[in-house]
Amino acid sequence: MDVLDVARWQFGITTVYHFLMVPLTIGLGILVAVMHTMWVRTDKPEWLRMTRFWGRVYLINFVLGVATGLVQEFQFGLAWSEYSRFVGDVFGSLLALEALLAFFLESTFLGLWIFGWGRIPKKLHLASLWAAVIGSIISAYFIIAANSWMQHPVGVVTNDATGRPEQVDFFAVLTNNTALAAFSHTIAGALMVAGAALVGIGLYHLRKRRLAGRSPEETDHAVWRRSARLGGYVSLIAFVLVAITGDYQAKLMYEQQPLKMSSAEALCTTEAPAPFSIFAFGKLSDNECDDVHSWTVPYLLSYLAHGDFSTAVPGVNELQEEYSAAYGATYPDDPSFGDKAGEPIDYTPVLAVTYWSFRLMIGMGMVSAAVGAYALWSTRRGRVPTSAIGVYGSLLAIGTPFLANAAGWIFTEMGRQPFVVYPNPDVPREEQVYFFTAQAVSPGVSAAEVWTSLIALTLVYGALAVVELWLLTRFVRRGVTTSDGAPTPGHTPEGSPDDDVSGGADVTPGSASTRRSDEDDVLSFAY
Amino acid sequence: MDLQTVWFAAVAVLWTGFLLLEGFDFGVAALLPVIGRKEADRHLMLRSIGPLWDGNEVWLITAAGAVFAAFPGWYATWLPALYLPFVLVLFGLIIRAVAFEWRHSHHTAAWDSTWTHVITAGSLIAALGIGAALGATTLGLPIDGDGNRVGGAFAGVGWPALLGAVAVLAYSMVHGAVFLALKTDGPVRVAARRFATRWAPVAALPLLLWAGLVHLRSGTVVTAGLWLVAALAVLVAWTFIRVDREGPAFTAWAVVMLGSAATIFGAAYPVVVPSTVDSAFDVTIADASVSDYTLTVMTWAAAVGLPIVLGYQAWTYWVFRKRLTAEPVEPAGETVSA
Repeated sequence: MDVLDVARWQFGITTVYHFLMVPLTIGLGILVAVMHTMWVRTDKPEWLRMTRFWGRVYLINFVLGVATGLVQEFQFGLAWSEYSRFVGDVFGSLLALEALLAFFLESTFLGLWIFGWGRIPKKLHLASLWAAVIGSIISAYFIIAANSWMQHPVGVVTNDATGRPEQVDFFAVLTNNTALAAFSHTIAGALMVAGAALVGIGLYHLRKRRLAGRSPEETDHAVWRRSARLGGYVSLIAFVLVAITGDYQAKLMYEQQPLKMSSAEALCTTEAPAPFSIFAFGKLSDNECDDVHSWTVPYLLSYLAHGDFSTAVPGVNELQEEYSAAYGATYPDDPSFGDKAGEPIDYTPVLAVTYWSFRLMIGMGMVSAAVGAYALWSTRRGRVPTSAIGVYGSLLAIGTPFLANAAGWIFTEMGRQPFVVYPNPDVPREEQVYFFTAQAVSPGVSAAEVWTSLIALTLVYGALAVVELWLLTRFVRRGVTTSDGAPTPGHTPEGSPDDDVSGGADVTPGSASTRRSDEDDVLSFAY
Repeated sequence: MDLQTVWFAAVAVLWTGFLLLEGFDFGVAALLPVIGRKEADRHLMLRSIGPLWDGNEVWLITAAGAVFAAFPGWYATWLPALYLPFVLVLFGLIIRAVAFEWRHSHHTAAWDSTWTHVITAGSLIAALGIGAALGATTLGLPIDGDGNRVGGAFAGVGWPALLGAVAVLAYSMVHGAVFLALKTDGPVRVAARRFATRWAPVAALPLLLWAGLVHLRSGTVVTAGLWLVAALAVLVAWTFIRVDREGPAFTAWAVVMLGSAATIFGAAYPVVVPSTVDSAFDVTIADASVSDYTLTVMTWAAAVGLPIVLGYQAWTYWVFRKRLTAEPVEPAGETVSA
């Protein structure tokens, strides 16, 4: 593999990994803030216990999102320096504004929330959490605006002296329709992740309590029941939002990046009306569109693409020719294109990836919504779920919105190749700003260097995933604790003695006296 | 003053802010094995920086982001030239961040000590690496006319990188010790004060040498004055720490960094990456910057945003201003008005 391929793998791996943390942070952050608000408003202890339990899950995960986000910021300069030079005028300012207007808010107020229990007034403490959550949402907006500018560059003109785009309308960049659509879709996707976690873990604990013969009167029953039901509602509402925003986004993509959508449907030749593909057979993996056959639903794709049942949807073959005519059949014979100089350009993204990631995204989203509905049905009118399959299925289904989110990003990023900055079709051809991925890598960096970082980062990320999953699983199995730090009745830890959270007894000498104090109870949440 | 100069100053302020703020939490982390002999002491040391380190780290993210935003030519020259050192820095920052959080997510003696070591190791790697990157970029990198590195993967790592690395770590360790003396009580305070008293005069030397070299290359009368302020501040800080005046000592020690960083950035201006191959290849603010329009937009955003950020960060420091001891500070549930 040359530098370009290694750098792309590195970007893909680090980004998908980072984006496992991000939706959970955003989605759960919103829900924990809601729980905390309910506690401040109603003073009911179950809301406090929910806040503490889900807040801890949020924090364990939050820090990994922060740590892996650092890699993202530096990676643009490290492995993609030509890209950084080219887009600096727009892209860099969005990253800087994200740091200035969002990250400071997020990290400062999260610190206040974690350490502020009992130290600052109750309402101010609640406001700190909301400030942190709003910070993470603003940060998502800036990042998506930056990404959307690459998908659909607006608000710039090319400076003829430097050959680079220069920003002329910052407001246009911020209100890019691509960004508005992607942002709402992403936030809804983040809520699905949080909803699925609440459902899976809530049902698991409800069933565990029932099997242990605990009565609903005992304290933490309300915690799990409320968690599961809240998660169920959130999953369903978020799914509706995901579907609406996704439909809008797809219609935009048909205008802005028709090849991405046609390859998502393996639609080889232009058809009117166009059918929607359910399942494709044939040589998707060879990128040979003509050998692909699908089970289809007639008319549906025309409707999804344009809102009526008859409009033509352009096929991959025609679009490939159109793009070759407009942007060249081969890469320019220029050293800045590296190994790709003079090679033919394939404007069709990898069909197998776009086709299947699109289906994975939609399919997993549907599973998640179905699980949300199951949660509401199985807990209706005070019931507790009885089916082991249902409960363990829900537990497993925590993973489905994660898969849907990852698939969605893989689809949208792989689908715009071979461009890293995709030409905007609303702009006359000669004024378009675009940039090939092959031009974007750092020319001075060797494949060996990128290999080194790719391997190192992948190993570290793998190790971190193991610790994070172990910590989360352990914490989740243990359940909620009462306000005095002891496990609630019915929640005796099943594990080894060191699973005990109550502290004191089994803690090693030297640490016992100071950290197991009242003061630590205030912070039992965190440090 | 043109906007490029304004943003050069803004970038300098952000990097200095990062070195000052994250400097003490790097220092506290590096001192864990030196001062924190007992678990109770280590816990206390970590609590002193617990609410602050994440906010401090955002200064780094913003500093790097501002370089990218205002001077992409600097960003795109600097990072690839020091590819592997920067990857090492990222590695250090990642393991450090997760260790802070995860250390408190489970409790056994082995777990605590493992993550304590990871916090120390990650902080050392990050402090040394960032020092190396800043040292190399202010004293010269082997870059050609296109801004690309000449020579192999380690061509950027020479004595300037080493000097910068030692300077940042040594400064931060004393900075951390003075911070601990200011923020804690009991044995940690005593040990931190002893460490600072012993090492303050020596620890500032690499930093002063670095600033002095940049000044000798391209300095002015003003940077000579700034350097002198930094050098004098070392003596002032040392005097105060010896007489147990921790507040003034902390302020004076901060002036050491402020003066040195001002010397370095002031003397380097308008060059952002000097080339060791040929000074004709030096990257200047004019070569590296974005358009005036983008700089204007960012100036407005920073003019509105930065005072707010400084306001609430200062407020956080104020909320957590109390001296910490190894004993419980307040009973649970009690609300203390801020």
